[in-house]
Amino acid sequence: MDNKRRNLLKAMAISAALGLTGIPVEAKASYLPEVGKYLKSKKEPRAKQWGMVIDTRKFKTKEDFERVIEACNRAHNIPEGIPNKKQEIKWIFEEDFLGAFPNQENPFLAERFENREVLVLCNHCEHPPCVRVCPTKATFKRPDGIVMMDFHRCIGCRYCMAACPYGSRSFNFRDPAPFVKHKNPDFPTRMRGVVEKCLFCYERLKLGEMPACVEASNGAIIFGDLMDPNSEIRKVLRENYTIRRKVELGTEPCVYYII
Amino acid sequence: MLEKAFYGDKKYWSWVIFLLVLIGIGSGAYIYQLKHGLMVTGMGRDVSWGFYIAQFTYFVGVAASAVMLVMPLYLHNYKKFESMVTLGEFMAVAAVIICLGFIIVDLGQPQRLFNVLLHPTPHSILFYDMIVLNGYLLINILVAWNNLHAEYKRAPHPKWVKPLVYLSIPWAFSIHTVTAFLYQGLPARHYWLTAIMAARFLASAFCSGPAILILLCLILKKVAKYDPGKEAIQTLAKIITYAMIANVFFFFLEVFTAFYSNIPAHKATLIYLFKGLQGHGALVGWMWIMAISAIISLIILIPPKFRNNQELLVVALILLILATWIDKGLGLVVGGFIPNPFDHVTEYAPTIYELLIAMMVYSIGLLVLTVLWKVTVAVKREIGAIPK
Repeated sequence: MDNKRRNLLKAMAISAALGLTGIPVEAKASYLPEVGKYLKSKKEPRAKQWGMVIDTRKFKTKEDFERVIEACNRAHNIPEGIPNKKQEIKWIFEEDFLGAFPNQENPFLAERFENREVLVLCNHCEHPPCVRVCPTKATFKRPDGIVMMDFHRCIGCRYCMAACPYGSRSFNFRDPAPFVKHKNPDFPTRMRGVVEKCLFCYERLKLGEMPACVEASNGAIIFGDLMDPNSEIRKVLRENYTIRRKVELGTEPCVYYII
Repeated sequence: MLEKAFYGDKKYWSWVIFLLVLIGIGSGAYIYQLKHGLMVTGMGRDVSWGFYIAQFTYFVGVAASAVMLVMPLYLHNYKKFESMVTLGEFMAVAAVIICLGFIIVDLGQPQRLFNVLLHPTPHSILFYDMIVLNGYLLINILVAWNNLHAEYKRAPHPKWVKPLVYLSIPWAFSIHTVTAFLYQGLPARHYWLTAIMAARFLASAFCSGPAILILLCLILKKVAKYDPGKEAIQTLAKIITYAMIANVFFFFLEVFTAFYSNIPAHKATLIYLFKGLQGHGALVGWMWIMAISAIISLIILIPPKFRNNQELLVVALILLILATWIDKGLGLVVGGFIPNPFDHVTEYAPTIYELLIAMMVYSIGLLVLTVLWKVTVAVKREIGAIPK
């Protein structure tokens, strides 16, 4: 009993000393979401604004979509099969063409476009309305352009969901744990009462890997730094006609679509 | 002075116990919601705010309406409102408490509420809403309580209260303006994205709040023999009439802009609300009740002959409250989410849990109001303002 207490006191003294000397303790930084304190790993590629191009021509079968969505679900502990469809959690999902691009309404649109399904996800906007409205900075923009979420700071007011023009945000109306089919211990799980969304696989970028959906897409999704004129994504954007969702709102979405 | 709330007749205590029972039942539902999360509500990823936030919005208006008594009394020296002003300010206190209650029950993680203070975020309108609402609560408690206390001690109103009274006037406007800004600054929601929103909110507040106040005063007259005076009520009814005309006019502006411009996104919600969209129309009946009640209430309110007839006035006020409540406490918030960002329609209806929890919040507000008004009436009676 006494021994235990002594050990505890010792541990406290050591950690206090570490804190005073300012030695960066990994645990100390991990709960601080402020962008300035964000630790970059050496493997992580630098970027000013991560972006994505989705080549919708290459998504032909159900399987093409499912493979990508499944990769995201597995990587991020996303609950599947929540009984109340209205309260589902979705990070990357299928939408019909006019749902994703309501402004492309055209009575004589060729069927191959009208019936096309497209993948939608968080656009990691340059001017994200969700970040503007969040009252606690639980959602914030990182220097590399990722619109990030701090699941532990979110109070669940859902103002960001009202602000997002793309329906990209989901709220944990219930405890998601029982519905997570493939648990990934390397990624945080969420509790009920907080908002979540696609985070552009910041955890994979840190290790020098591409986002899970990009990797699973067999080249149908291109990812890279939009501000780097020599990047692959810029090359793709130069060579193809691309559109973005609801550009008239001034959010500057960073996900581009080849139709 | 507060001890006066502990002396009452059987009727008073039965009312208090009745409210406590309602609060108890509602708390049960709230505990259930805390345990299971907001899955017990009818909200979802498309309609992500529902009954709670709509009630919050409506009651910000009720709170702001106290200024319709304060302004004539303190800026225009209209003494007839002296009998009602404390009641109005205390009603504002109860209304703000209802607002705060609805915000808290709507949070997914209410125990993290103070993150709003811990991480103040001046680019969020909610940050300002927190400031103006809590400030307004404090101002009204200070003003009403201290002035009443001075009357109780048969002393003149303390001098330091006067600047607070003046401050409360722009502050009342600010609470509903900021609440409108919560909505009207969002690029995603066409029904809310309108410059007239704040003005419409204020107009609707300045008719619905005083309407509730008059009805409550008439109840008070019956149960506590406290009569604020015929003239005060008639003047307030006149203010209500003007505000309601402005409210209906502003709504018409919305309809005109949407339909004459013929822009589909601007029309969509109004079509959903009044006609139904893509085969969904859960609110259509409600919205037409709103329109008809608003028109009938104006038909009674505008001619002085009808308005000054108390029985007719009561009918008009009930219809007015119904109309403004459907507009702001039902159609506005839910309608803003329909159609969703993908132009699809997902409908919303509150669940029994939401309604029980709303009942709890309402009852807490009513209990606060009952206690504060009980003290007011007891003091007024003691100093001889009402016959014993």
